[in-house]
Amino acid sequence: MKASAFAYTRATSVANALELLAAHGDRAKVLSGGQSLIPAMNLRLICPELIVDIGDLVDLRGVGVKGDILSIGALTRHVDLQRSPEIAAHAPLLRDAIGHVAHPAIRNRGTIGGSLANADPASELPACMVALGATIVARGCGGERRMAAERFFTGIYETALSPQELLVAVELPFAQKHSAHFFKEFARRHGDYAIAGLGAQAILNHDQFADLRLAFFAVSERPVLAGAARMLVNAPVTPALLSKASRALGEELDPYEDQQASPAMRRHLAKVLLARCVSALLSRPDLAVGATN
Amino acid sequence: MTDLLQLSLVVNGEPVDAHVQPRLNLADFLREHMKLTGTHIGCEHGVCGACTVRVNGDIVRACLMLAVQTQNASVETIEGLSDSGEIADLQLAFRDRNALQCGFCTPGMLMAAQDLLRQSPAPDREQIREHLSGNYCRCTGYHAIVDAIEATARARGERRP
Repeated sequence: MKASAFAYTRATSVANALELLAAHGDRAKVLSGGQSLIPAMNLRLICPELIVDIGDLVDLRGVGVKGDILSIGALTRHVDLQRSPEIAAHAPLLRDAIGHVAHPAIRNRGTIGGSLANADPASELPACMVALGATIVARGCGGERRMAAERFFTGIYETALSPQELLVAVELPFAQKHSAHFFKEFARRHGDYAIAGLGAQAILNHDQFADLRLAFFAVSERPVLAGAARMLVNAPVTPALLSKASRALGEELDPYEDQQASPAMRRHLAKVLLARCVSALLSRPDLAVGATN
Repeated sequence: MTDLLQLSLVVNGEPVDAHVQPRLNLADFLREHMKLTGTHIGCEHGVCGACTVRVNGDIVRACLMLAVQTQNASVETIEGLSDSGEIADLQLAFRDRNALQCGFCTPGMLMAAQDLLRQSPAPDREQIREHLSGNYCRCTGYHAIVDAIEATARARGERRP
């Protein structure tokens, strides 16, 4: 189908975009890469009256380093993240995840800000932001607001952004010494919507976890930072302990049902991901099997 | 504000000026306004890849871009890549290997395949499949397409000094 008629304006600056959003509120939609917005418009799932195209705001594009923080402009495309030496060096989880975001032609247009503001529960980047402890930077007419990623995603396609605010950047702390990461998703076809996925960031202390952040996606309305991970920190990880953590994970998840999978299947896949993740991060092949019951 | 908007861009090397509605997507602009009907429209929501074109050198879904977003951009379609001879060998390999039947997906397949070969001159079959993962073909089962791209990569490698 084709999108219904709308008015279009090209924002000339962040201030100009904010003025337009202040004037039009939720009747307007911000167009960044458009790789989720335009399909939704073509399918007439949404019919905005005004499109505010921020594509020309070059200030919002690119990866910068401030001390030990990576600052990523909202308009930075997936392909730019994939090729960025700074991301590869300081946030390798994100680099691994990007290859699973849709397909090359879509990664050439889609942006990190667009993906986060869209907050699709099956998308990879919101979960990575939660695993990495990212800060989301939003600007409104009243100034700038900074939010922890954990509090930013509030539901299916819902975030803490108001219709008058623009997501301008995300900030990621550098991966620390002795850190390790894991990314894996189950999908029917490479690049398709995940059925269940996990982005994990850990700090290792010899053969134990000093810290473990497990962000599951496509299993709930928003990314889930698993509380069960705490059971595995500062303790020798045995198959028995992993089974206990796996049961706890199953209890804390409340997966949704769609045409791809039932809640029981999603819960099972999340447990499989947990076992594979812990096994890979600790280089313990013995933990990869038998811990999903 | 839903009036026609002025649009200036370059299509296959030729400067173009047009007036378009904001809702017009790039695929419809190329097909209806430019009469470049090699860019096919399948799903219109970014899943099938039949509308793949190049914008400023990068492959994109023409159904997921508004025509007005290509202001001052350079757009290349299958007609441009065909006429310049850039993909003549790839097209021949597709024909030789029966890598097309109905041909609906072929322009998008060729755009995606050429994009891969420009970035990685000697891809393995897994990389080829991954790069084409966003392009549907309902006839061939993909095997022959992967063969044709692999053969083209090999032949280009042999021609390189």
